[in-house]
Amino acid sequence: MNLLWLSWKNLTFKPLNALLSILLFALSIGLISLLLSLREQADEQFDNNLAGINLVVGAKGSPLELTLNSMYHVGYATGNIPLKQVKAFFNPKHPIVADVIPLSVGDSYRGYRIVGTIPKILEWYDAKLAQGAVWQHDFEVVVGAEVARNNGLQLGDKFKSNHGIIDEGDENNIEHDDDFTVVGILAPGATVMDQLVLTTNQTYWHSHENHADAGGDDYAGHDHAGHDHTADHAPASLMEEDPEKEITSLLVKYRNASSFQALNFPRNINENTELLAANPAYEISEVRRQFDSGQRIFGILVLAITIVSALSIFIALFSSLRERRYELALMRTMGAGRAKLFLLIITEGLLVAVIGYLLGILLSHGILSVLAANVQDDFRYTLSPWRFLAEEGWLFFAALFIGFLAAVIPAVQAARTDIAETLTTG
Amino acid sequence: MLTANNLSYRYPGGETLSFPELTCAAGETRLLLGKSGSGKTTMLQLLAGLRAPATGSVSINGQDIGRLSGTALDHFRGQNVGMIFQTAHFIRALTVGQNLELTQHLAGKSVDRDRITALLEELDLAGKAGSLPGKLSVGQQQRAAIARALVNRPAVLFADEPTSALDDENTCRVVELLQRQATAANATLLIVTHDNRLTDIIPRQTRL
Repeated sequence: MNLLWLSWKNLTFKPLNALLSILLFALSIGLISLLLSLREQADEQFDNNLAGINLVVGAKGSPLELTLNSMYHVGYATGNIPLKQVKAFFNPKHPIVADVIPLSVGDSYRGYRIVGTIPKILEWYDAKLAQGAVWQHDFEVVVGAEVARNNGLQLGDKFKSNHGIIDEGDENNIEHDDDFTVVGILAPGATVMDQLVLTTNQTYWHSHENHADAGGDDYAGHDHAGHDHTADHAPASLMEEDPEKEITSLLVKYRNASSFQALNFPRNINENTELLAANPAYEISEVRRQFDSGQRIFGILVLAITIVSALSIFIALFSSLRERRYELALMRTMGAGRAKLFLLIITEGLLVAVIGYLLGILLSHGILSVLAANVQDDFRYTLSPWRFLAEEGWLFFAALFIGFLAAVIPAVQAARTDIAETLTTG
Repeated sequence: MLTANNLSYRYPGGETLSFPELTCAAGETRLLLGKSGSGKTTMLQLLAGLRAPATGSVSINGQDIGRLSGTALDHFRGQNVGMIFQTAHFIRALTVGQNLELTQHLAGKSVDRDRITALLEELDLAGKAGSLPGKLSVGQQQRAAIARALVNRPAVLFADEPTSALDDENTCRVVELLQRQATAANATLLIVTHDNRLTDIIPRQTRL
């Protein structure tokens, strides 16, 4: 028998009175928590995928598109570039470039992108093999943890790729004829590697030559020839390939990112070559800026809902006081002091806030788990719907504060109850 | 033990009302009679410390309640005064039993369920402890209100027109019950009424 119990009884006696307040409060808490979680996880994802990469080099086009396609594997490539144009980047004595990774993209397997590249990319993204070994030969693939899990891929499994970036279940896809063989599976990390199929750059040339050559008349033989041919290839020997062969882009790390030459490097490339150089950190900060202005509008909406929900708690308490005037006077005659009545009403406000908070957090993480299923396919973006943030703990205290604020005027009113007046007229 | 000396009250409108001297021994039952509008309820509220008098003093069990203020007065009232009003009101969200428990709790006493069960039985409300007050008949509500006034064994029991809503049979029962309980607790019982049925039963009377 205490105030909390009494408040609870009062609240649940006419649950409809409190329902609107609780729902509004849950909505406002839910939206704030959703916003916080999305931002936190988006920031993390962006940061993890930066992987220390200073520059992305590709065909002329939109630098943002190039960055998104080469680093986040969303959207489309700006085009391809012949090896001869990027030979200089592979020079180990390059004054600015410390290291470089070539990427070939454009095909997919059941909605997951196949990336032709060199095994060094695993180091850059801090990705570890869970099973098997890295790809060494053409048509050998290492698949990301999520790709393996969602498609039930095991070591030694074979599959055919789709030409282009095609979502699962698309009937009109063009299948390449060569079989890929899974030689390795990555351990789950928090990067885009989880969602990629990795193979050699040269694989792209083979599978695409097949199409160009003969419309696929004698691919069995071709396939075999391809394998024999590339058995000698170590991926590092990309530079010995035909300089007319094409890749999609390069990921570049600088020797010293803050040096004067490094700062001018992208501009030099963009002005003096047929290549496009994009600074991923800059491009991503542009994306974030767009994000932020969207968030601001969303934030105003959330603020409005929060104010309305606080008002609704206030009104609900205030109107319940009118009905319960006599009860409160009665409690005074039974020995309850003014402070007790004040606390009783405050507790009712806090209860609404706490229930609203719990529902709101449930709502936001419920929405997140629905979102998680959808965004993963569309944006190569992994959401952990049931991860809770420290901010959500602070949100709890903010919720208590709002509950208190909304209840304080009704509570003062309750404490001021004039017993004699109320009992005479009541 | 209840005494009132030189009591007067000034209404917010400026009208001042003086009240007769009053001395009631412990265990005594007294009627406070008067026409409606004569200030009976106001005097009751002064005696219970629900209003502050313009002049004079009220003492309950030797304690001058004018010297108590705020929370101390609320607490004193909870422990020493039981009140029965014209219309019975309860904490509507609580059952009859819970209302009585709350009464004990608010007075700073520990919850005594045996006492509650016994009281409800005496008042013919056995089995109603789990009912919400709103589900009881008017007569049952009034008896439940009496149970609430008695549950803490107060030194003084104030009843404001306790029988106005009851039929003759119930009136007799209620008055008898009030008297028996007051005597058992050695409490002073002051009944404010204009109900002539009571003047025949209770000899000690003060008129306004």
